[in-house]
Amino acid sequence: MSSHPISVRPFGEHAILIEWPNEVSEAILYDILDFAESFKLDFQDSKNWELVPAYNSVTLINRRDQINFTKTKYQLLECYENRKADDPPQRYLWKLPVCYDHEFGVDLEEVATTLKCSINEIIEAHTHHIYTVYGIGFLPGFMYLGGLPKDLETPRKSVPRLKVNKGSVGLAGKQTGIYPQDSPGGWNIIGNCPITLFNANLENPCYISVGDQIQFYAINRAEYDLHKIEAEVGIYNLDKIKIDD
Amino acid sequence: MIKVIHPGFFTTIQDMGRFGYRDKGVPVCGCMDNYSAAMANSLLENAEMDAVMEITMTGPKLEFHTASFFSITGAEMSPALNGVPINSYEVHKANEGDVLSFGKLINGFRSYLAVKGGFLTETKLMSRSYYMPITDQNCIEERMEIPIAGYSDYSPKISHIIPEASHKEHELNVFKGPEYNILTDDQLKLLFGNKFTIAKENNRMAYQLEELIGEQSHKMLTSATLPGTVQLTPAGKLIILMRDGQTTGGYPRILQLGTKSIAMLSQKKFGDEVSFHLLPH
Repeated sequence: MSSHPISVRPFGEHAILIEWPNEVSEAILYDILDFAESFKLDFQDSKNWELVPAYNSVTLINRRDQINFTKTKYQLLECYENRKADDPPQRYLWKLPVCYDHEFGVDLEEVATTLKCSINEIIEAHTHHIYTVYGIGFLPGFMYLGGLPKDLETPRKSVPRLKVNKGSVGLAGKQTGIYPQDSPGGWNIIGNCPITLFNANLENPCYISVGDQIQFYAINRAEYDLHKIEAEVGIYNLDKIKIDD
Repeated sequence: MIKVIHPGFFTTIQDMGRFGYRDKGVPVCGCMDNYSAAMANSLLENAEMDAVMEITMTGPKLEFHTASFFSITGAEMSPALNGVPINSYEVHKANEGDVLSFGKLINGFRSYLAVKGGFLTETKLMSRSYYMPITDQNCIEERMEIPIAGYSDYSPKISHIIPEASHKEHELNVFKGPEYNILTDDQLKLLFGNKFTIAKENNRMAYQLEELIGEQSHKMLTSATLPGTVQLTPAGKLIILMRDGQTTGGYPRILQLGTKSIAMLSQKKFGDEVSFHLLPH
């Protein structure tokens, strides 16, 4: 297992920030998640800590106590040294349906003009690639997805919309993603995913975790309506595949 | 039960926060001025996690349909029971049919109303703190009925306390944030040499400050943010994230407020001034 140089720094009275080299890479993300697993298993008092992983960092937040930084830093470095990569948490590839009809993909034509390609080529490229979840934040259940192909990179809209509908699938810069709820937003909307990504009534409100992978597949309008009803009554069967490292 | 006759400007139910879901993008939420809220609860010998009512700027008018005991802390908003002025930081008894109202805002910005046993609204993801769409409500509304437990008999151990006069303070204690080192000498001079004015854009998500400290073009990968994180936008604007603030962000995190300073800032409103005082880690 390769080790990365990491920096451990205080972040206020209740949090510590650990940073890996400043790059977007699956190797770094998985190293962070291995560390997080080792922390949860080995760190005394780990129940009082929340871990927020994102791209090249993980922030550890103590919900109760002020942190003795020097002491905790050595314990964390020890945790990193002792992490195990042979038994990582199970990761999944989630297959999410997206309807790219004009009714939902309100910016498809504009994006096609910008990228000088056809709408079908956009849909093909968008569904062909597999994206990695590098973080969840901004809104409950909003995934930062990495791995967008270069030929789908398109600038944000110059004027953001006041309301982007829940389930909207968007493109912006090097990113693609799904709005888990109605929200203002400046991304180019190319479709809509009928499946709920975040449900506050469940003990685990968001089944997808950082480190998982996402692949979209195109559905027609009738399938969209069906899946939406299935998802609302809770009988939609999500297609997930175990990823073997 | 307590019936809302009039909701006030922006009144919510809050407890100490929603822990354990930040890796799913859920803000911690909870009382903005958690020190005042804890005092309201402790006067009634409530549990730490009991939910209180957070009252912003203008108070509600509430009718008790259940006899109970209550206390009010934080901002001074001229509370009255059945039209008779009452003191904050004191335990009061409410009989069935009593009406609690608020008047002029004298100081501060957020008051906390605690009832014996706490407000018993729905628990979502281990917390009663309002935050849409985690909870169905964003704030209380006219004619809403808020469940509380009934108490006809209670003798408080302490009937009143004398609060710290923290509303007069304006100095925010801060630590260096993760991207502190991107600040130029000119920016540092402005940051620690000047007072800053609270902008109109201030709410439970974030407080913006009016004065700019100069542009920055630092590129960083999205990373975690906390309540009290001071972000610097490319235009040089300072944004201080609060309890409902997003859990991750892409702007440099130049400072981090101390816990008490987050509570102190929560009592500031549009036009008030604050300054930063750097503490060593």
